[in-house]
Amino acid sequence: MSATVLSAGIAGSRSRAAPAWPVGWIAAVAWFGIAALIMVWPDADDLGRTPLLAAVATGFGGVILLLALLSTSPRLAPRLEPFRAAGPWLLVLALALGAWELVTAKLDLLPRPFFVAPQSLLEVFTDDWPRLSDSVWNSLLLVLPGYALGAAIGFLFGIAMGWSRLVGYWAHPVVRLIGPLPATAWLPIAFFAFSSSHGASTFLIALASFFPVTVLTWSGVSSVSKAYYDVARTMGASPWFLVRKVAVPAAMPSVFVGLFMGLGASFSVLVVAEMMGVKSGLGWYMQWAQGWAAYANMYAALLVMALMCSGAVTLLFYLRDRLLSWQKGLVRW
Amino acid sequence: MVNGARLEVRGVSHAFTLEKRLLPVLEAIDFTAEPGEFVALLGPSGCGKSTLLRLAAGLEPPTTGQLLVDGAEISGTDPSRTIMFQDPTLFPWRTVRGNAQLGPEARGTLRADAGRIDEVLSLVGLASFADALPHQLSGGMAQRAALARALVNQPRLLMLDEPLGKLDSLTRLAMQKELVALWEREGFTALLVTHDVEEALLLADRVLVLSDRPARIRADIRVGQPRPRRRDDPGLVALREEILGLLGMAEAA
Repeated sequence: MSATVLSAGIAGSRSRAAPAWPVGWIAAVAWFGIAALIMVWPDADDLGRTPLLAAVATGFGGVILLLALLSTSPRLAPRLEPFRAAGPWLLVLALALGAWELVTAKLDLLPRPFFVAPQSLLEVFTDDWPRLSDSVWNSLLLVLPGYALGAAIGFLFGIAMGWSRLVGYWAHPVVRLIGPLPATAWLPIAFFAFSSSHGASTFLIALASFFPVTVLTWSGVSSVSKAYYDVARTMGASPWFLVRKVAVPAAMPSVFVGLFMGLGASFSVLVVAEMMGVKSGLGWYMQWAQGWAAYANMYAALLVMALMCSGAVTLLFYLRDRLLSWQKGLVRW
Repeated sequence: MVNGARLEVRGVSHAFTLEKRLLPVLEAIDFTAEPGEFVALLGPSGCGKSTLLRLAAGLEPPTTGQLLVDGAEISGTDPSRTIMFQDPTLFPWRTVRGNAQLGPEARGTLRADAGRIDEVLSLVGLASFADALPHQLSGGMAQRAALARALVNQPRLLMLDEPLGKLDSLTRLAMQKELVALWEREGFTALLVTHDVEEALLLADRVLVLSDRPARIRADIRVGQPRPRRRDDPGLVALREEILGLLGMAEAA
């Protein structure tokens, strides 16, 4: 046993001995080159924040250079493995930024205001961040409780449908008929039923996550192998035990697919719901920016939205990996 | 050491409804397994042997007839009658220990049975794999874990539904020995369903030979050879030929 560990350690250190990271060096140089291009080549039009963009690009290059330097140390190299894996992306991102900068700010090839230079996007973050962060906060306040509510009710309802023949009999046709409708189709009813636009939006977001979570929990519970129930029953399990300790854990992989789908649905409803009557939020911000033809602001809000949604999915997948570590071969996000 | 249960099967017939047609699987089954006896039910695949186990476990009531344990009619499942299936059917989200403690957990006796769980895990040789997940186990280890899960409940009647059917032949031989050792140690009544003549003769006190579906008892053969048995024992070889003849496979002997 100890011999195996020892030889594995030796093999490991040997593979660490040559930590050349050519892509890293090239990526760092590329970022520096792009920074120089941004700074030296005059903009075709009067744009703000060009020096800042160049500084950001230089900073990126500097960080990558530092990582490349650090990864020559055999002790640090294993910890820097994730960055090394991202090497090609770091390089391509630099090239993409350069191309974007060329066709917008430097050569003015793409029609404005629909296409925006990178520094203009940066300007939104530096100049309008109070309003933008306020919108992010208000969107989160709307989407998270709505999503959690819809997911919780959907989970319980799905279990009831999968477990009880009576509930399944009555709920199945209703869910099948109503479920595929876009949640936003309920807008008039939502506004009628709820006095505040906040309540109506929460209801729509909850509805959007409710349907996929319900359906996938239900299908997860009803596809649990009968043998699992037989085993537990012969050992004296009560029906309540069968639900909690057999049906629910066995259905969890399917439930997480529902939670994932519900998350996407909730975010897309968020934008629509916020365009109707709320005074702050990313959807509202996008609507407002579009009204003023401030496309840079709109793209900035879109970017933030994408990061938010992706962050939420990452969190969900992290949670799933923790809870479902008993499964093998999980999809990675 | 627990006392084995006495299982009486009286005139049991059973049928399934399959696509609106009645499919008889068991016909007039009559036998008694004495306390602590090891009885093998031997018959061709799909003859209804497993159904008999499900009835004795109380998972289903028989269409006609009666099943009694120590004189009382079986009306439902009970931890004193546990069943071990051909597939280990371990819960994949639970560790080996988590699976083994399923029975005590379901009955709320987890604390009182903690010692028994440890004992059984080392009895089946899985003490050092207690924290492993089912997908990390080999076929034989998974079946051992399933055996531990059944034994934790101190069954008085242990039903084995071809538990070694899917194992490779070496693991199978090893586990046949272990099964007999556990049965001798724990003292339960054992009901083994198998379609392997040799396995039935190596393990059981009595072999009930069943016919094709609907299953009837063709012969009730007592195996008197002392244990440990050898598969080339002349007495066993003779019995094997007799049983294969009953199953219409005389030339295969």
